[in-house]
Amino acid sequence: MGNLFKIAIRNLRRYKRRTLLTASLVTIGVVFVLLFISISGSFKNMMIGQMTDSMLGHLEVHRKGYLASIDNLPLNLNLKMQAYKKLEGILNQQPEVEAFSPRIKFGGMFSTFVETTNIRLNGVYPDRELKTVPLLPSRVTNGTKKTLEKGEIWIPELMSKSMKVNIGDTVVIIATNKDGSVNGKQFKVAGVLESITGPGGRDGYIHIEDAMEVLRMEEMEVSEVAVRLKDFSRLHSFSDKLEGLLSGELNKQGKPIYEVHTWEKLSPFYNIARMIDIMAFFIKLMLIAIVLTSIMNVMIMAVYERIREIGTIAAIGTLPGKILSMFVVEGFSLGLLGVIAGNVLGMIIIVIVNLSKITFSFGRQTGLILSAKVAPMDMLVVSLIVIVISVIASLQPAFKASRMEPIKALRHV
Amino acid sequence: MGLVVAENITKVYSVVATKVSKDYTAGEIAIRALNEVSFEIEPASFVSFVGPSGSGKTTLLNLIGCLDKPTEGRLMVADTDVLHLDRKQSASFRGNNIGFIFQDFNLIPVLTVYENIEYPLLMVQNVPGGERKKRINALLEAVGMADQKDKYPDQISGGQKQRVAIARALVTNPKLVLADEPTANLDHKTAFLVLESMKKMRNEFRTTFIFSTHDQKIVGEAEIVYTLEDGELVGKQAKGGKKNG
Repeated sequence: MGNLFKIAIRNLRRYKRRTLLTASLVTIGVVFVLLFISISGSFKNMMIGQMTDSMLGHLEVHRKGYLASIDNLPLNLNLKMQAYKKLEGILNQQPEVEAFSPRIKFGGMFSTFVETTNIRLNGVYPDRELKTVPLLPSRVTNGTKKTLEKGEIWIPELMSKSMKVNIGDTVVIIATNKDGSVNGKQFKVAGVLESITGPGGRDGYIHIEDAMEVLRMEEMEVSEVAVRLKDFSRLHSFSDKLEGLLSGELNKQGKPIYEVHTWEKLSPFYNIARMIDIMAFFIKLMLIAIVLTSIMNVMIMAVYERIREIGTIAAIGTLPGKILSMFVVEGFSLGLLGVIAGNVLGMIIIVIVNLSKITFSFGRQTGLILSAKVAPMDMLVVSLIVIVISVIASLQPAFKASRMEPIKALRHV
Repeated sequence: MGLVVAENITKVYSVVATKVSKDYTAGEIAIRALNEVSFEIEPASFVSFVGPSGSGKTTLLNLIGCLDKPTEGRLMVADTDVLHLDRKQSASFRGNNIGFIFQDFNLIPVLTVYENIEYPLLMVQNVPGGERKKRINALLEAVGMADQKDKYPDQISGGQKQRVAIARALVTNPKLVLADEPTANLDHKTAFLVLESMKKMRNEFRTTFIFSTHDQKIVGEAEIVYTLEDGELVGKQAKGGKKNG
């Protein structure tokens, strides 16, 4: 095999300009793919991080049927205390879980005594919520970031601006409980939350005990439990595992009590993330086309130019399979050259992009710094694609070379 | 070697051709390039096929070299009926039994002199490294190219290229070496030197040399000369012997 590589590399060096041009084309293709994957991937990961770490959590557990009516925030589909305790017990035993936070979600009226509007609220245990969605404090643009005390409220930025509510102001929250009775409670504005794209991105936050008081709950009922995992990459396997664990918990009608949803089912941004993946796929297809046409073109030329050489080596007894291998190895080497150069150049450009600290906006969030990163697995996949396609592109010319009649090849002028 | 038994005497031959014919088609016209050619070539002989262009010399060498197949007749080369060899078997047979010397030298331009000679041992016969080195160095010395072994074909002269080609043809210890117009691209002085090299090799390695030429000055170096005209064998002349045909 070493000799095949030696001959291949020398033949590539023989036509330096052509080799350089083709390898450059492959290199440019690899660089573009790596740049696209790294930039779009980083954008995607940053957005997913924003969604999961400042609002949703990695996954959420609801009472069966809750998600279908989530827009109404139905209080009658909350998990009862007993069901929540069971869930809490199960989650506490899972080594994959870093933190989880029960939430009471409800809709109400927000009044400044002058103006009134509607508001969606999350009643949370602040310490547990901040462990589950650690970027939530970063959304507090004004006021105390560290925690939320009883009697305090974090309100959405839009509401603060439109109703001219400032930190320290007193507001009233009025809500109807599931029995239909109305109750109200005064809160002190302790923070203004920056809005983020997606459902729940413009919700307010209060302490869970305050929520219970407003809703006149004698015993806590939970709308959802947000879960944060230690390793985000194990999201789907853990989701399946949790679904399996919870599937045995049935209500009196023999139906499952819980439903488990990963962030993907909870946020429309998942479709954007998928679009990015589809675009990356098409960029890879373009790379395949570039590699296929350029390598095949070069190898067809190489075979055509070396017909007499092929005749000579065939005449002196080189088996057809070995002639085929010679040209395949040459195509492989050309692809490998492009891959190595492309990966090195791609990494250099990615470092330059990161050093340039390019900023971009997402929704209402501005000044996000682009942090291009490419996973070793992505580099490996791109490299494998190029190498496999290089080999495939070489096969047809190599096969033609191996099938050449030595007598005809030797006569070729 | 081919065996021919006649009157209780068993003779061994490198090549036995019996009524060998070869037809080609050019469009719809069939052309008979060789017509019922019969001959025998003994081992370690130095044989030349002569004749004008189009007489069938190259066709005959191609048939002996298993690069082509006869249309009719029987052809035994190194004790093998080559008519029934398939593509892969032909390649393997050539690699193990036949050495080729081409008019245009046909060295591989990306390999050095040493590597060109090494090529058939490495890529065809898979000879181990130590043995390879021994054989190549012996041949480099024999053809007087030891001091040029690291040069590439484009760095040496035509005569030197042909000497490298001779070494490449002999390095596999073939039973016969076929040389198609080996001196056509060389001046007379170099041509004689190359022929001397071939003879020396024949004497040293007991290899049968068969070559085609239409250069009458070169013909004189051959021990047996077969004359071809219009695809037919019209004469055989042994050096110092009587002329037949």
